[in-house]
Amino acid sequence: MSFGVALFHTTAMTMKAEKALAREGFSTTLIPTPRQFSSDCGIALRFSWAHRENVRAALEKAGVEIAAIHEFTGR
Amino acid sequence: MIYLDNAATSWPKPPSVLKAMKEALERAGGNPGRSGHQLSVAAARLVYGAREEVAEFFGCPDPLRVIFTLNATHAINQAIYGLLKPGDSVVTSALEHNAVMRPLRNLESRGVKITVLKCAADGTLDLKTLAPAVKKGTKLVVLTHASNVSGTILPVVEAAQIAHRAGAKLLVDAAQTAGHLPIDMQTIGIDLLAFTGHKGPLGPTGIGCLLIGDGIKPEEMAPLMYGGTGSQSDKEIQPEFLPDKFESGTPNLAGIAGLRAGLRFLKRKGMNEITALGVRQTQQLIEGLAAIKGVNIQGVKNPLQQVAIVSFTINGKTVSDIGHRLDTEYGILTRVGLHCAPAAHRTLGTFPGGTIRLAPGVFTSGDDIAAALNAIRKVCAR
Repeated sequence: MSFGVALFHTTAMTMKAEKALAREGFSTTLIPTPRQFSSDCGIALRFSWAHRENVRAALEKAGVEIAAIHEFTGR
Repeated sequence: MIYLDNAATSWPKPPSVLKAMKEALERAGGNPGRSGHQLSVAAARLVYGAREEVAEFFGCPDPLRVIFTLNATHAINQAIYGLLKPGDSVVTSALEHNAVMRPLRNLESRGVKITVLKCAADGTLDLKTLAPAVKKGTKLVVLTHASNVSGTILPVVEAAQIAHRAGAKLLVDAAQTAGHLPIDMQTIGIDLLAFTGHKGPLGPTGIGCLLIGDGIKPEEMAPLMYGGTGSQSDKEIQPEFLPDKFESGTPNLAGIAGLRAGLRFLKRKGMNEITALGVRQTQQLIEGLAAIKGVNIQGVKNPLQQVAIVSFTINGKTVSDIGHRLDTEYGILTRVGLHCAPAAHRTLGTFPGGTIRLAPGVFTSGDDIAAALNAIRKVCAR
């Protein structure tokens, strides 16, 4: 299974994204921000790469600005 | 002991507040937003959940617009220093606490033009004086929601309309109204709402909030403090995103948990019930004090125009002596003096002698107030 990882500008926004996706029924996991994508200290949201377009749409609907979305092969 | 100093800090706290703080330190002990492990994530969830509940409680448009601060003073300083630059104009009232007056006077010495609106001797602000003072080019109107000396409630709804008509923003110091009156900042039209957690919201000291309305863009306001936020760690300049721009340094996790638990307590009781209790308490205090010979009550003396704060003086007696006797002889805890608000006391005509201030809280009973009135009667008699 291939994962996607979504990065946000602040931890608060990551929390907002997690809640918004949970409300829409997506299964996500908070992981330490993978170093290859960002030097931020914080956390990122991992989800199924197959759902990336729906995830994008759900976050847009919730008014959450995405900093970046990457395909993620780590765990 | 009867505690009538809730305007300084509320006491006691609901047991749920203490429990929430203990649990936060035990179970969510990581640094929110810095590391990625489970304790850090638990802390980040707690902080974000609190943002949501604070936003809902005060009608803030977005949880990301909830800025956690140390207290109301910190929140007010963030707003005032963040927005005003030399050459700007600001309008405020002669009822303000030094949390507002001192930063404004400091900025005055740096070239900010300050207009202090005179208030009536009963602590009311006449809107007819506000409207002409707020001119085109006025950047900010700063008003206390209610005086910490007389309890008088200021007309913030009308002030918001006047400010906005002139293109100015409204900053409201809700130190004495948050947790006492229902506040919806969007309905009222408040652009910036500052409050502390340890008074009406029944939380601990060391936690407050600045709520930023939709009318303020993050780029309009400079941070009061700069530092680590856990975001954009590769950059040595402050991020522009909310809430990080205004929240440098590790937040007060236990304080945030306590504030949230305090707000939940108020929500369970119902803000209308809390407000009604304040009206009853004020009524009882005013009626009781008015019946004591030699007592002069300050303010509007109308429970519907003030929060549950009643200040008074006694003919021929020094307020500090009265306060000390109430404390040591009767176990009645009040606050005497100038209450960090020299402007308000000048307005009321009680400067520099000060007043004795009675401020009941949600845990103060009618019997407590009756006992306090009885003690004041005895102290007055000799």
